Amino acid sequence: MSLVTLANVGKRFAGGTEALSGLDFEVGDGEFVALLGPSGCGKSTALRLIAGLIAPDTGEIRWSGPRPEMGFVFQEPTLMPWAGALANARLPLDLKHVPRGEADERTAAALERMGLKGFDSAYPRELSGGMKMRVSIARALAAKPKLLLMDEPFAALDEITRSALNDDLLALAREDSITVIFVTHSVMESAYLSDRVLVMSPRPGRVTAEIALPPGPRDRLSAAFADTQRRVSSALAA
Amino acid sequence: MRKGFDILFPLLLGAVLLALWEWIVAARQIPPYVLPAPSAILQAFLDNFSSLMASMLATLRVTVEAFAAALIAGVATAILFSQSRLAERALYPYAVILQVTPVVAIAPLILIWVGFERINTALVLIAALVAFFPILSNTALGLKSADFNLMDLMRLYGASRWQILWRLQLPTALPYLLGACRIAGGLALIGAVVAEFVAGSGTATGLAWRIIEAGNRLQIATMFAALALLALLGVAIFAALSGLEYFLLRRWHESALKRPL
Repeated sequence: MSLVTLANVGKRFAGGTEALSGLDFEVGDGEFVALLGPSGCGKSTALRLIAGLIAPDTGEIRWSGPRPEMGFVFQEPTLMPWAGALANARLPLDLKHVPRGEADERTAAALERMGLKGFDSAYPRELSGGMKMRVSIARALAAKPKLLLMDEPFAALDEITRSALNDDLLALAREDSITVIFVTHSVMESAYLSDRVLVMSPRPGRVTAEIALPPGPRDRLSAAFADTQRRVSSALAA
Repeated sequence: MRKGFDILFPLLLGAVLLALWEWIVAARQIPPYVLPAPSAILQAFLDNFSSLMASMLATLRVTVEAFAAALIAGVATAILFSQSRLAERALYPYAVILQVTPVVAIAPLILIWVGFERINTALVLIAALVAFFPILSNTALGLKSADFNLMDLMRLYGASRWQILWRLQLPTALPYLLGACRIAGGLALIGAVVAEFVAGSGTATGLAWRIIEAGNRLQIATMFAALALLALLGVAIFAALSGLEYFLLRRWHESALKRPL
């Protein structure tokens, strides 16, 4: 069952450049979809459209049912430097006026799931890049989203941290059956994480290939995974 | 060790210069109405201690009240600007005009309008006028500097504009505001002095008035004593506001943090 459908979506920037044109895809409930493409192909714009932060110029974004609770994770951790980890992750609940006690409890649980137990009062600048990203994900989880939008969340992290976060993210998404739309420019990441890869090409941004992947879990060292990566790579090159 | 030297060397230099001053005045027999010796200034200070202290308190009061008024008005106007582009476009040029017109030139007008019978209000108003602009312009800049992604995130979670103001824009603006306060604190003191000068003798009772009055009577040593107190007051205001800035930013802002390496 599809959760969201983008039908013939187009978007122009203020300067007149076409960011997206004729963008068509749908994302199923509980699916993990990767949007893969080079920088400037409108991946982030597509994500912001789905989030409702900007409106499409043409086409439409259809939801099956009411708009679901959404979480957004940016490439930067995007934390408030003046607040500790708990206060940062609690932000969505604070904005919705969830009572403090309940909000603290839910947020602490989310931080603990991201492996940040004991860091409640740590300020962002006291945390490493990977830990900041974990706070950022915990913030998205605290709001109990049905749909998680991620915009190259691990692009700025080192390979080791990135692998660990990939595994944790997969586990969490499965456990809570969260639908994830994951923007990346890494073939390896898209092949490792997703059920389906949508390859995008720039000027104007649109989907040029769609690759359904065999169900996980995947082994980064296996021949099957190498083959998957090859398939995704060749679709990207085409 | 470093810190010790930071205090020791300026003090040492000051002592040497004072000694030199004392010696030159004595050696060349400079008359006290041209340049009094430091010892004479100290004597004048001790002789007039209670009245000088009362004057200092009067100037301090005007300065503090003016600073508080400028802070409230500046932040309120900056918030108005951040909420309404129209208000910003319409009002900003006037704020600039207010800033670039020398306050000495406006002061007589304000004194007449407010009236000499309410001299304290007039002094506060003049000094606040000087301190207002840096607070307005820095806070307005800070309110505009909020992280775009955090702004998007808050909108995604359905934040109202007041939630965005309170939870994102004001904390972002805090370091800018505190920087402006350090400047505005000094400017409020300058404004208070200018206001007292313009108000003239017989109405104001602050340190600036003491300087004028002592000058009229050729009590140059008392002039110097009042001047030294004014400088001390300025340094104290700067130190207090710097301390406040450090206290509020010490946990999270780059400016207040020491790098471990």
